[in-house]
Amino acid sequence: MALSYLASSSSRSNLLKPLSAALSCTPSFRRPISSAADDTRTLTIETSIPFTAHQCEPPSRSVDTTPKELLTFFRDMATMRRMEIAADSLYKAKLIRGFCHLYDGQEAVAVGMETAITKKDSIITAYRDHCIFLSRGGTLLEIFSELMGRQGGCSKGKGGSMHFYKKEAGFYGGHGIVGAQVPLGVGLAFAQKYSKDGTVAFALYGDGAANQGQLFEALNIAALWDLPAILVCENNHYGMGTAEWRAAKSPAYYKRGDYVPGLKVDGMDVLAVKQACKFAKEHALKNGPLILEMDTYRYHGHSMSDPGSTYRTRDEISGVRQERDPVERVRKLLLSHDLATEKELKDMEKEIRKEVDVAIAQAKESPMPEPYELFTNVYVKGLGVEAFGPDRKEVRALLP
Amino acid sequence: MTVRDALNSALDEEMSADPKVFLMGEEVGEYQGAYKISKGLLDKYGPERVLDTPITEAGFTGIGVGAAYYGLRPVVEFMTFNFSMQAIDHIINSAAKSNYMSAGQISVPIVFRGPNGAAAGVGAQHSQCYAAWFAACPGLKVLAPYSSEDARGLLKAAIRDPDPVVFLENELLYGESFPVSAEVLDSSFCLPIGKAKIEKAGKDVTITAFSKMVGYALKAAEILTKEGISAEVINLRSIRPLDRPTINDSVRKTNRLVTVEEGFPQHGVGAEICTSIVEESFGYLDAPVERIAGADVPMPYAANLERLAVPQVEDIVRAAKRACYRSMPLAAAA
Repeated sequence: MALSYLASSSSRSNLLKPLSAALSCTPSFRRPISSAADDTRTLTIETSIPFTAHQCEPPSRSVDTTPKELLTFFRDMATMRRMEIAADSLYKAKLIRGFCHLYDGQEAVAVGMETAITKKDSIITAYRDHCIFLSRGGTLLEIFSELMGRQGGCSKGKGGSMHFYKKEAGFYGGHGIVGAQVPLGVGLAFAQKYSKDGTVAFALYGDGAANQGQLFEALNIAALWDLPAILVCENNHYGMGTAEWRAAKSPAYYKRGDYVPGLKVDGMDVLAVKQACKFAKEHALKNGPLILEMDTYRYHGHSMSDPGSTYRTRDEISGVRQERDPVERVRKLLLSHDLATEKELKDMEKEIRKEVDVAIAQAKESPMPEPYELFTNVYVKGLGVEAFGPDRKEVRALLP
Repeated sequence: MTVRDALNSALDEEMSADPKVFLMGEEVGEYQGAYKISKGLLDKYGPERVLDTPITEAGFTGIGVGAAYYGLRPVVEFMTFNFSMQAIDHIINSAAKSNYMSAGQISVPIVFRGPNGAAAGVGAQHSQCYAAWFAACPGLKVLAPYSSEDARGLLKAAIRDPDPVVFLENELLYGESFPVSAEVLDSSFCLPIGKAKIEKAGKDVTITAFSKMVGYALKAAEILTKEGISAEVINLRSIRPLDRPTINDSVRKTNRLVTVEEGFPQHGVGAEICTSIVEESFGYLDAPVERIAGADVPMPYAANLERLAVPQVEDIVRAAKRACYRSMPLAAAA
């Protein structure tokens, strides 16, 4: 029996309105969570708000999903949430050093995108990369180990928070220079077209990076050469401490492509993200580049060095958490569609918390890299040349 | 064979051998190359493999590096390396460091090539030599061919190499012709990266040089021979990795060293070579190391000033004689 819900016609323009309980439902029986986890019947759910389009026809607000998928959304986003909060504690305990840019609040973008594509499609992002790495198939152990600079890390401890990669799953990092990842992403799309792979590349960037010149250079080439590149602006409204209205003359990032079509998406609504990415992939393979602007929000400051409260009010932060939190949105959907009970979801969150704790404990056991690793991977083909430490009469190595 | 033809044939052969190799840059396609290095390649390989880019170095260099991440083998041409500064973040941060930061997951088999250093009368913004800057960076390989043999062998090696290579050509050498053996003309010909070539053996003083200055050093060596000084001329070929063993072995033999380069002197290639000798072969030196480099000024336009800003053969001869304690008293500073 397919259940489909149509939104009431009441206005949905206020982005802080919660997912309406006006969605009527007649719960006739409670389904145990385990069966919902295997349930693949189609549910059609409306996005919180319609898409806004630039130079293209927007996709429908009605998104097909399944109970199984919704549960997976919840689990994945709750895991990401827990992971980032745990990273906060580890940073304060000085187990994570340097930069740590957390993604909590933005989980729907990572999870929704992943659902719409395959591991053969490519994703590249900047330094707020922990959750994208996880959604591309990375493990909690690899993440925490890398953050703490251990051998078990995805970059063997040599990259750090900003340099996670998973090439075999189409994840190309993890980049520290704001905006650089966009031309790189267009390059991935170029290579995918050149290789006739029938896949697309998603290049993620923030509202701060959206003003970078190289972005427009890359977009021009992508449009000229018809490349399957999708530029995704994760607009969390602040470029470090600078609000979007102070940095961009036109903060309508989805329109900044001018001749390149764009779509504005509620980035806190995982179903909207899924629909938009699905639409974008189809579009890019046929018609070349597209910009997706994800209207999203980060609860943490720019990084662990930024309290995040000097340039925005605590009320704003708690307001978004109250009205638009992506995890809560899915929790409400699961409850209102009777796909899980409150207790079941709480138990799942407890389980996730334990998983994260176990991963952290294991990561702490992972050793720091051996000193000789200082000199590995400088080149693929080192030609046996010498490399030197600070005192070259003390420390020198032959590059393999 | 001219250096231009050497480069063209190397590109042609490597593109033919490996469908992943492609060329991108300004005017490389329909214009046949700003300096005609890519002549005929568009006709032969089509617009999917020979790509004319807009004048947007940061953008197209990033695109090239991204394509290399995916597994293609791009050759990115800079019309001159002066314009590489617009893209230098991608060369260093996106290309050179990626294999290390990813612990080997993301390799970048890319070649950045184009003319480097002074041309003739092109002024300050179009005349800089970038060898020292790029060669300072771990993760890059930096090559500087001199002859046609160098051009063919090193470009082929660069394209085949799995790491990012900065390939510094010289506009004034493109038209020069050098004899080439049948071995060099063979499509499998390749030169090793990281190995210098002793262009002329000698026993009294070692002269190191790269690119156009090799020709000047050889002329200087001829003049020195007439004066009874036997100079050994080393063509570096590879700035990074620098062939320290060959240079040190030579200096241990001759006991005297003159380094020659076209670029700015401070923190230059010669400075590195001098330090290498001081660290490894100090006891063998019979005289201080002499360093010949471009003048410590932006390149002037007027022909006489330009001539004063770039090393000349007589500068190399004078420095070699000083190293041999056979010079006239040094001229007073201007």
